Amino acid sequence: MKGYRKYFLNKLLWFLITFVCAFLLNFILPRLMPGDPVAAIVSRLAQGMSNTTGVQAIYQQYADLFGTNKPMVEQFFIYVRNVFRGDFGFSFAQYPRTVADVIKSSIVWTAALQFPAIIVGWLIGNTLGALAAYLKGGFDKVLMPVSIFVSNFPPFGMAVILMVIFGVSLKWFPTSGGYGFDLIPSFSWSFIWSVIVHYQLPFWSIVLIAIGGQAIGMRSMSIYELNADYVKYSRFMGIKDRKIVGYVFRNAMLPQITGLALSIGTMVGGALVAEIIFSYPGLGSTILTAVRGGDYPLISATTLIITIMVLIANFVIEISYGFIDPRIKAAQSD
Amino acid sequence: MKHTFQQFFRSGKFVFGFSIFVAILLLTFIYPLIIPDPPLEIVAQGTFFEPGIYVSVYDSLGTTPHTLNLDGAAAKRIASKLNEEDRLAMKEWLVAAGIPENEIDTADTQKLLDLWMDNYDPTENIPGMTNARRNYFIRLNNSLKGLLSTEGAIIAEVNPETGTLEQVDVITQTDYVNINQVANVRVLPFGTDNFGRDVLTELVAATRVSLVIGFVSGTIATLIGLTLGLLAGYIGGVVDDIIMFFTNLFTVIPSFVLLILISFSIGQEQRGAVTIAVVIGLTSWFWTARAVRAQVISLRNRDHVNLSKLSGHSIVHIIITDILPYIASYVIMALILQISAGILAEAQLSILGLGPRTTVVPTLGLMMNWALIYQAQILGKWWAYLPVLVTIALITFSMNLMNTGLDQVFNPALRE
Repeated sequence: MKGYRKYFLNKLLWFLITFVCAFLLNFILPRLMPGDPVAAIVSRLAQGMSNTTGVQAIYQQYADLFGTNKPMVEQFFIYVRNVFRGDFGFSFAQYPRTVADVIKSSIVWTAALQFPAIIVGWLIGNTLGALAAYLKGGFDKVLMPVSIFVSNFPPFGMAVILMVIFGVSLKWFPTSGGYGFDLIPSFSWSFIWSVIVHYQLPFWSIVLIAIGGQAIGMRSMSIYELNADYVKYSRFMGIKDRKIVGYVFRNAMLPQITGLALSIGTMVGGALVAEIIFSYPGLGSTILTAVRGGDYPLISATTLIITIMVLIANFVIEISYGFIDPRIKAAQSD
Repeated sequence: MKHTFQQFFRSGKFVFGFSIFVAILLLTFIYPLIIPDPPLEIVAQGTFFEPGIYVSVYDSLGTTPHTLNLDGAAAKRIASKLNEEDRLAMKEWLVAAGIPENEIDTADTQKLLDLWMDNYDPTENIPGMTNARRNYFIRLNNSLKGLLSTEGAIIAEVNPETGTLEQVDVITQTDYVNINQVANVRVLPFGTDNFGRDVLTELVAATRVSLVIGFVSGTIATLIGLTLGLLAGYIGGVVDDIIMFFTNLFTVIPSFVLLILISFSIGQEQRGAVTIAVVIGLTSWFWTARAVRAQVISLRNRDHVNLSKLSGHSIVHIIITDILPYIASYVIMALILQISAGILAEAQLSILGLGPRTTVVPTLGLMMNWALIYQAQILGKWWAYLPVLVTIALITFSMNLMNTGLDQVFNPALRE
């Protein structure tokens, strides 16, 4: 267990360092934007006002409120305080709502959509890839070109195609939103059913893209392992095929798990765009609103939350990887 | 090195992918030579004109008519004017009037019309029908009568002296115009987009810009990744630690998030296509750096490298002659993937509204963004988004095919 603790602490340290860096980037980058965001809001509010001192007063009030007239360092501490208080400050475009208020509901939608979709896609993709490597022949010949084609499709393209086929032409599923526009979120059957129906298209568009990429990777890993010396040796020893296949896929699986940890960020990016296409009420749509409103507290908060989600997912995968592959622990305890 | 490049073309997959790619590339250069219209010129007044050949109505009146007597021309004319809704309404009336439903075929225009003419009686009162509905049928009946007339259309001019209309010409139903004799004909193979621009011309220009974005971002990412990977792997020590710190950091922070933040902070005015490309390049080198470093570490202690060191060659010389040739194949594969990833990243950014500023050049992502904002996918205007999607898919597909081909050349285990 000693080796594992070292591994765990090492990973935890890395997680914290990355978090701090991500946090800094999140604070600094949006504030480098040219132009004064407060001026934009004030000009919108003061439309038709001819009294310049009045406009000046409004500007002053908002600049004080958002803290944009303070030095960068002080702004940073205000930001840190807001984050720890949990409200992320006020949204510029949707004042007087706080950022936390705007994104509170969308986090649940995004988390409930993306992580199950990525995991399901990963599982199906790996199973298909392993089968293709093991069965070869016709299955492989059909599955591979399809996977290559599907994985080359941009995520938003898959979303649009699914939407046009199943939403617009066949009318099986609704084309936008997270639930029926005539419903109020509640625990009624009609609401839950509406959520399930609206869930299908965004879910499958993410799953399909993930399947393609994972199947290709798993296939080449399995082919590699199937040709390894230990497989030949086991065959000569007369060990049952079923048992060998078990070992082979366990070994082929390991790089795929690391692959998942590394590619989860990219996948989330693609899935966010898919959310926008389906007007799914998640973080993707929130980013879109924030971009359109020039609302940098909102952008900062959304990207920070996405980063944290990805970091945690990564951390969990790496930690469980240590359990699955004993060699990792061994390498750490030296 | 030359030998390496020759090997590429032994793989069927590589050659196939390469041909698709070259075909797309050639098209983006040849098309503007043939049709030199500016890609963002607004030609159509209105949104989403369907694909087709647009013939000037005014000009076709001026040309000499040719008489063609074609069978079924009248039926076709009526069929094209009688829409689906009217057909169903006719069926509804006929059924209500007591005609058995299985005798009515809404697809057969001639039979439907005959049945209608025989049975329709405007005075007949069908129980349960509203007055508005009955008036609708009377109007429908009148318009059907107009359809069946065999007289030509009259062209009249205003007499400048009396102000009355005077007949100048009659266009009979058998008059045809030869499209070659009409002065103004515009072919719009993919129709027009939401702003009324020719989609094909726009698409070709957009493909070229997107490819440039891909090349610039891919080259920047690969060069940075290669340099840092070589330094980290070959020199090792503190340099390695520092480089790997940043590489590990940025592989975990989603690059898409970085892209959003940076493009947002650049601001709408400053965002040109090349700026976006540079930003994409700067946020996507981590993979290449990691992989190059791993390969260099395994090469660093080989005999030929050690021999080179003993002979007193400089680090630059050793890297170029003893290490680069071994990782060249990998670097090229990484470059290809980076190019297609760059094109995709631009498209995703543009959908978020963070793409290049919109007035100068079209890109594939911007075209997709415009189509989505105007809900082309829900309105069924496939020509606004499908050609864009197919182009993106073809580019990434050809790139990945090249990559798989190369993989098979260099990894014998993957060969079939």
